[in-house]
Amino acid sequence: MTTLRTSTVSWRVRPRAVALTLTGLVLLALLMALDMRIGEIEMTLPEVLTGTFDVNSAAHFVIMELRLPRALTGALVGAALALSGAIIQSIARNPLASPEILGVTTGASVTVVAGLVLSGSAYGTVSGLLATLGVPALALLGGLLGAAIVYGLAWRRGLDGYRLVLVGIGVAAVFTNVKFWLLTVGDINDTARAMVWISGSLNGRGWEHVVPTALALAVLVPLTLLGTRSLDALRFGDDTVTALGVRVNPARALLILAAVLLAAVATASAGPIAFVALASPQIALRLVRSGRPPLLCSAVVGAVLTTAADLIARTVFSPVELPVGIVTAVLGAPYLIHLIWRSRK
Amino acid sequence: MRLQAAGVKLGYGDRLIVDGLDLGIEASTVTTIIGPNGCGKSTLLRALGRLLKPQGGEVLLDGKRIDRIPTREVAKVLGVLPQAPSAPEGLTVADLVARGRHPHQTWYRQWSSDDEGAVAAALDMTGLSDLAERPLEELSGGQRQRAWISMALAQGTDLLLLDEPTTFLDLAHQVEVLELVRHLHEAAGRTVVMVLHDLNLAARYADRLVAMRAGRVVASGTPHEVLTEGLLREVFELDAKVIADPVAGTPLVVPIGPLPRD
Repeated sequence: MTTLRTSTVSWRVRPRAVALTLTGLVLLALLMALDMRIGEIEMTLPEVLTGTFDVNSAAHFVIMELRLPRALTGALVGAALALSGAIIQSIARNPLASPEILGVTTGASVTVVAGLVLSGSAYGTVSGLLATLGVPALALLGGLLGAAIVYGLAWRRGLDGYRLVLVGIGVAAVFTNVKFWLLTVGDINDTARAMVWISGSLNGRGWEHVVPTALALAVLVPLTLLGTRSLDALRFGDDTVTALGVRVNPARALLILAAVLLAAVATASAGPIAFVALASPQIALRLVRSGRPPLLCSAVVGAVLTTAADLIARTVFSPVELPVGIVTAVLGAPYLIHLIWRSRK
Repeated sequence: MRLQAAGVKLGYGDRLIVDGLDLGIEASTVTTIIGPNGCGKSTLLRALGRLLKPQGGEVLLDGKRIDRIPTREVAKVLGVLPQAPSAPEGLTVADLVARGRHPHQTWYRQWSSDDEGAVAAALDMTGLSDLAERPLEELSGGQRQRAWISMALAQGTDLLLLDEPTTFLDLAHQVEVLELVRHLHEAAGRTVVMVLHDLNLAARYADRLVAMRAGRVVASGTPHEVLTEGLLREVFELDAKVIADPVAGTPLVVPIGPLPRD
């Protein structure tokens, strides 16, 4: 911890966190550039760069309309999920907590699958705008509804992290089973589309997915950073935190609300991408060696993890492209196990 | 009157533990609340420290209703050490004590030279300066308790509420913690309210004793006034002799046995 201090202002920074955040951003730019090579016409890295920055180049349209928004969606969604996970893990004082525990991703899955399956093929024939806006809107609604149910059931004269996790696991199990039931009764074409969505996919994501996620992050990241000190304090017992002059329940509710919104917006854009929210904060925590998941660093790790996973999803079995969510789980799990293993020694 | 409870009704959910209790804490005194298990002494202390909202009545801090003062402002005047507090894993003593500066900090003033000074002074006063970089888990029970008190001291309040600061400590460490409390009181005129189980130590280290039973104050006053054989029978259902402590002259309780139940 280093202190930057003038007479009226003093900031505490972890040099390790700053270094890792900056390194992560450079790595992210590189991965995004590599990702943008892939598509109907394969490009080289220099072609991607000229295509991005030179307005008159032949590739500019393809990059700006198709490839950049897709890559940006991946990075932003990864960052939002990871930040959400970092907040929830800090509040629940549990490294296994994630937006899934809060009912966000599972709630979104149920409503989207219900929307796709129950509306039958009529839904599939609905053209253009409703089809693209319909699913994200359903996901957002379901995510918020799921979180409200978990929060409502977990509330008991205040919120206890342990109780929240238990209720969350229970509700997630119910949602997951409803989802499977819907998948078994649905039409085969609808369920196929639903399956791709609930794996978490960046396929065909455009600016209409980038803008809401970017806006949500632009508002919620600064608010979350303002809550950093409360988050630090909330790691102690409720009585201790209250004694220190923190209004425990409002502080916790606001931070959880921020986490829910971040996860819901991310899920609405790309589906419930597995493992990013769970693994990224823990990876960042171990790289920075801090007491709780570092917020900005977790977000950058989440963006890097998601983009790297998408790159792998699109290249390993080329020309077949896997949904990104399948790779994040395969990629994130061993790395997390490696980090836990190493820190045990 | 620094701190006052006026007709407070306290409880958890539907269960009322304290039903209409009045108590005043004078400035620059050490007050110790005694009473049998479950009599509501910790509940009362939590209410005095605004950790528990009364279901009726009010708690006054310097004459103002404590729930109408912003909690952060309260935290600059009043420090509370809860019973068996828990800290996150791996936390060092210095980190714990630094947490006490929370009410004085803002997002743009995260670690001022005042903070640094207050933490150093608090560590020094509790004799923990050499252990500052040690994780809490590695400390002995007495050292850990001193670290928590240190955190409350770094908060820089002149009013301190301590809930059973000597639980789980052996006698030597109990005396060590209470000597520290007495020093805080004598050196800086701090007002201290604490809950203790050991009556003899309570008598020795308190200016005033408050004896509670079943959510009521049965007696309050100096240790000599409160700690009598009659009160021990009434409050603790204990048959005991009270003699003068050969060291301090304060009342010393020598138990004979429990009162026969009728």
